[in-house]
Amino acid sequence: MDDKTNPRSLSAFNRRSFLAGAAGGAMFPLAARAAGSATSTIPSTQDPTLPVPVTLRVNGHDNSLNIDARTTVLDALREHIGLTGSKKGCDHGQCGACTVLIEGRRVLSCLTLALSAQDHEITTIEGLSNGERLHPMQQAFIDHDAFQCGYCTPGQIMSAIACVKEGHANSDEDIREYMSGNICRCAAYPNIVAAVKQAAPEILSG
Amino acid sequence: MRSFAYQRAADPSAAIQALAAADAGNNPLTEAEIQPLAGGTTLLDLMKLDVMRPRAIVDINPLSPAWATVSLENGNLRLGAMVRMADVAANPEIQQNYPVVADSLKLAASAQLRNMATLGGNVLQRTRCTYFRDVSYEACNKRNPGSGCAAMDGFNRTHAVLGTSDKCIATYPGDFAQALIALDASVDITGKSGTRTIPFAQLHKAPGDTPQLETMLMPGELISGFTIRGRWPRSAYLKVRDRRSYEFALASAAIALDVQDGTVRDARIALGGVATQPWRARGAEAQLKGQKFDDALAERAAETAFEGASARRHNEFKIALGKRVVARALHQAVTMEI
Repeated sequence: MDDKTNPRSLSAFNRRSFLAGAAGGAMFPLAARAAGSATSTIPSTQDPTLPVPVTLRVNGHDNSLNIDARTTVLDALREHIGLTGSKKGCDHGQCGACTVLIEGRRVLSCLTLALSAQDHEITTIEGLSNGERLHPMQQAFIDHDAFQCGYCTPGQIMSAIACVKEGHANSDEDIREYMSGNICRCAAYPNIVAAVKQAAPEILSG
Repeated sequence: MRSFAYQRAADPSAAIQALAAADAGNNPLTEAEIQPLAGGTTLLDLMKLDVMRPRAIVDINPLSPAWATVSLENGNLRLGAMVRMADVAANPEIQQNYPVVADSLKLAASAQLRNMATLGGNVLQRTRCTYFRDVSYEACNKRNPGSGCAAMDGFNRTHAVLGTSDKCIATYPGDFAQALIALDASVDITGKSGTRTIPFAQLHKAPGDTPQLETMLMPGELISGFTIRGRWPRSAYLKVRDRRSYEFALASAAIALDVQDGTVRDARIALGGVATQPWRARGAEAQLKGQKFDDALAERAAETAFEGASARRHNEFKIALGKRVVARALHQAVTMEI
């Protein structure tokens, strides 16, 4: 795995860096180093059976890939770039587990084609912390035990950050309404509301 | 998902040229082999389900920002087709002058979907009928013309009671379209020979014998914008559903009123969640006009709105629910502070 596809060198061993590192050889069979895709020219694919060069800017790093045109941003992140924080729940835009920010707006990466997302800044859960220091929303989720199994949590946190920045975290009712696109099967909802409330002032002042 | 060729259109004429290359013949637009991609929230979902099978996709997102403007001039509201739902819902001027428009968008889908979906794509969203969305059901006249309708004698609790035919009872799922049809909006359609403007009420087709034909759009045509004439500060959207948020309507009402000294000068009523297409309740409107408003009048108008409704085994409740929604929404619109 080259440094283009590794957004941050993690100092401590953890499960995620192990998985990404161990799978590196197998996970990027189509990675193109020199496809000339640093330009912003968007390719037309007239033959759907051929892979297409795509450059995705994720957490400040450009990732040059050769992918099937059908690849969603979610699959590009997880299967090609090695960022497995964004989760695949329903894969139909119904659960919110795949939520990422594109140009600062929360969107569903499972319903966004990677080809459409070129030239845009994508932010994932892996791009939030400042070194070892967690983003206030990540810390708030820990402080309030705002998860049980944790599968929906990356999507919840990405969505919650946008929810605060949109100005929709002013009351419990507001938070519930504007977080309704993120489903939690463990039903940690009261704690999620508490976490969003805690982090909101720090995010807005920061 | 089946494979497709992808291209990105730099401008409207490139998009139209690329889309018009699909000669659909007599096929419905939704079956055209080249499909436009905007927010993608319907198209990619249905492609994953194998309900839609385009061979090529034309990404029209570069048409923003040219087609993503909002203007409120001379008392008219113009909305570009590429404006995202969330941006209209959050617009303070629209909230103040057209609450029915802002609320119909705010109460739809989720924050993420509203950030993605465009207004043009929103009005063209496909039905949520289970039997349409699941290709393992062979019988669906909309998806597979002439095959029958699995919903007729299936679990049809969420299906339509107005505008149905013996070929299709699929509900039109949208909210924003109800605000548009209530306010007599017009829609701009851009194609090879330029832009034409038609009443929004003419965009969608009743299912009749051809439920596969959902709109009057032709291949190579794109919705480029919407116009609403006049301001409608006394307007409201009431949506009743199985969950409090992030769910399609079981019954909804878009209401716009002009009330002076307790008398209804003008009334607009559209119904969502209960009909096969965006649905204007003109009979109910006529009953209100010129009358002093009271709850009994609202209830009579609600009765009229559902005249001719026809239920199947599991959706009878929608007729009673829909009437109550209309009466309550009228009350809400009359009493709101503007």
